[in-house]
Amino acid sequence: MEIHLDQELQKLNTDLLSLAALTEGAIHKSIEALKAKDQQLAEECIRDDERIDELELKIEEETIALLALFQPMAKDLRFITTGMRINSELERVADLTVNICQRVKDMAARDKVQVAPPADISKLGEIAKWMVRRAIDAFVSGDENQAKEVILKDQEANQLRTTIINHLIDDIMTKDKKTVPQATALLLAARDLERICDQAKYIAEDVIYMIQAKVVKHHPERLSEET
Amino acid sequence: MDQIKVQVKDFNFFYGQAQCLKNISLDIMTHEVTSIIGPSGCGKSTFLRCLNRMNDLIISTRTEGTILIDGTNIYEKDLDVVKLRKKVGMVFQKPNPFPKSIFENAAYGLKINGLKDKNLLAEKVEQSLKNAALWGEVKDRLNDNAFKLSGGQQQRLCVARALAIEPEVILMDEPASALDPIATAKLEELIVHLKERYTIVIVTHNMQQAARISDVTVFLMQGELVEHGKTSEIFTRPMKKVTEEYITGRFG
Repeated sequence: MEIHLDQELQKLNTDLLSLAALTEGAIHKSIEALKAKDQQLAEECIRDDERIDELELKIEEETIALLALFQPMAKDLRFITTGMRINSELERVADLTVNICQRVKDMAARDKVQVAPPADISKLGEIAKWMVRRAIDAFVSGDENQAKEVILKDQEANQLRTTIINHLIDDIMTKDKKTVPQATALLLAARDLERICDQAKYIAEDVIYMIQAKVVKHHPERLSEET
Repeated sequence: MDQIKVQVKDFNFFYGQAQCLKNISLDIMTHEVTSIIGPSGCGKSTFLRCLNRMNDLIISTRTEGTILIDGTNIYEKDLDVVKLRKKVGMVFQKPNPFPKSIFENAAYGLKINGLKDKNLLAEKVEQSLKNAALWGEVKDRLNDNAFKLSGGQQQRLCVARALAIEPEVILMDEPASALDPIATAKLEELIVHLKERYTIVIVTHNMQQAARISDVTVFLMQGELVEHGKTSEIFTRPMKKVTEEYITGRFG
């Protein structure tokens, strides 16, 4: 039986998907800007963040109103509280893309010695994009397995970040200290990318809570438990 | 704590041919508030009234199975029903004070139980009105007719009347359904305080109320116990689909 609340939940769902689309766009732009050291694209991405912030505030108001007006229970409650969390997590992802764009600008300001972004940065960027996309897919389809895939993928992202950082320190910076400004910016960008992956993992954990009412945050062993 | 006060075992209840409660088994713990929820006609009130044998007053009813309170089967043949109802008090949906003074209402149960000492009566009336969080509002007008009180105050007077005879279990059948939000909030506050000393079973249509005040929630449907458990779990992650449909308002 459909009730009035269902329409409101549908609206929340649509707004969250718009936020996800904008955020995915920001991830894409920031990675392209980083790979090509494209300042203009970086500027554009930083400007776009304002829209994401506005939408985040709108969704936050919506969810608070839903809690106050409908006093939802069970799966409705879980959907709304999950929506609240995903809202902040996506906004945080967008902030991280702004950080990455800021690194691009830093590199442009210190451009005497150029350091090419390591190939693994592109690879990490692809993983970040995939993880966010997959986490949102899991949210849309309510598919626990997709959410699990995202959570498991995070380890790969962590390893890749460490590889990139080691490479930048051992093979670039220690060999020529003039590379330090650009290599540091790249190092920080790698960390930002990895944090985007972390956010995707949190979204996936929230989705599992939404579907199964099972808390896997801080309890990875529960991932393999049957429900 | 964590002691079983009421133990319902394979309990069936019939109105004539119609079976209204089907094979109910449930443990109700001491010092907990247990909410019974479920759609109209599911047997909530019938179940509640079975706990102090109020249904005995209706002809052609019949029970099977047992209900133990403190280990004693209350459906035993030679059980003293008056004693039982002294131990298991009840507050009804609509405030139903007697057409007497506030004092006489609170003193009623004590008097019919033979208490004559005026000082002791006054003391017990004061205590029960205090326990029902009504004393402050009525202490200067104890001789006023109870009908002069507001609906919320009348309901708390009924709680005081039930408390005066020092029951151990209090049954409440939608006690807030005729009250405004402020009176409801006061009554809920009272229930939460009372559980320190009593075992409370409450029937409610108000899901949020069940969520706010009870420790355990029991979901009944068509006379069957569908699901029961910790309130915080029933309202965030019910096990059964039908429970979820009911509490999220998608039932029917």
